[in-house]
Amino acid sequence: MNGEEEKKKVERKHTTVSIPTSLFNRIKKLIEGTGFTSVSDYVTYVLREVVAMHEKEKFSEPFTSEDVERIKEKLRALGYLD
Amino acid sequence: MVSVPHGGKLVKKVLRGRRREAIIEAAKDMPTLYRPNEFLVDVVNIAHGVFSPLEGFMTSDDFNSVLYNMRLLNDLPWTIPIVLDITEEERRSIAEGDDIILATNDGLPIAIMNVEEIYTYDKDEYAEYVFKTRDISHPGVKKVYEMGNYLVGGEVHLINDVPNPYSRYTLYPEETRILFKERGWRTVVGFQTRNAPHLGHEYVQKTALTFVDGLFINPVIGRKKRGDFRDDVILKAYETLIKHYYPRNTVVMSIFRTEMRYAGPREAIFHAIARKNFGCTHFIVGRDHAGVGNFYGPYEAQEIFSEFPDLGITPLFFREFFYCKRCGGVANPKTCPHSDDVRITFSGTKIRKMLLSGEVPPPELMRPEVAETILSFDNPFVE
Repeated sequence: MNGEEEKKKVERKHTTVSIPTSLFNRIKKLIEGTGFTSVSDYVTYVLREVVAMHEKEKFSEPFTSEDVERIKEKLRALGYLD
Repeated sequence: MVSVPHGGKLVKKVLRGRRREAIIEAAKDMPTLYRPNEFLVDVVNIAHGVFSPLEGFMTSDDFNSVLYNMRLLNDLPWTIPIVLDITEEERRSIAEGDDIILATNDGLPIAIMNVEEIYTYDKDEYAEYVFKTRDISHPGVKKVYEMGNYLVGGEVHLINDVPNPYSRYTLYPEETRILFKERGWRTVVGFQTRNAPHLGHEYVQKTALTFVDGLFINPVIGRKKRGDFRDDVILKAYETLIKHYYPRNTVVMSIFRTEMRYAGPREAIFHAIARKNFGCTHFIVGRDHAGVGNFYGPYEAQEIFSEFPDLGITPLFFREFFYCKRCGGVANPKTCPHSDDVRITFSGTKIRKMLLSGEVPPPELMRPEVAETILSFDNPFVE
């Protein structure tokens, strides 16, 4: 495998999102001397955190009352519940 | 509410009733791959949602994404390939699009799998990326080089459980999630272990428990390396510890049936994801988590968490701790000002040596009741 193929295989697909230039410049300054190597890296990091938080808010357990009763019975039989 | 399953949905791929019976009947005429129980437990883990959002063995897109980016193709964090390898001979017996059976070496059908893709992979890269070495003295690397040359990806559906000597201690994520809820726990800290507990483990667990509602002790039960504690010893030792030293309603222990990969940092993330699926909101990561030998730095398994702001489970990092004779208890460098000569370190090797020679470790290292339980076994270690 040559170097170009190697690079292609490791890279992820990316797309472009527009942000105000002023914000871009603020971020660029903010990440100086940190582990972030680009504004894109920083924005990806922050967005992943925010998206995960919002996904969490939307979740509810899908168990039916029958599921719950069946499982509680097993848990009692195993001594996990009184 | 306890944690959200990884990917937002708890996977359930367990067949029941007529569909299951029909597949068992048809299984006799279907191509079958026979595998040891130690491997097939991961099929059970997929089917019961321990590995949510995985619904089967990884296809090449996910495999490569995990290998090179530590994320599934859909961007979710995932660090360990979950793959089914096959030999050249097996490759000739199945084709993409087939439904095949995964069975125990004794012939018990465990799951039906739709073969979505058969693909090749680079073992050097697998070893290098996952284990950070190609050295075959690393048990995980050795295993990679022993794998078949092809991987098979596709969805699985469970038809039978893998024979389980520890069914009494086995809970699946839907069960732990309901259990935690019934106990009124909103925050739960998961503790991964492959050892019988010494006082240092207890200190870490109780420190974490101080800040959350419940503690989930979740020993890994499965293939381990020589010299590790035997599974039954770990379970009995923990039962003893819980009975004598924990308030009854603050702890749950059940097992995590999978093999240790010894992939250090990457495995720490994998372990955290599995515990998130069990319902944990927090996860304890100690020194050299899932490490082996000197392949990883002592805190690499903690540092890697900074790359995953979207993991959805909060890691609790513990560094060095010891018994301090002057403090009269377990302490760490932030809480104890005394010098090394009054500190007793929790050396697993030292404790093992004492137990091997039939000696009860001092109470500063291990609870006497726990030591007695371990010593009641003829040979507490994997041979």
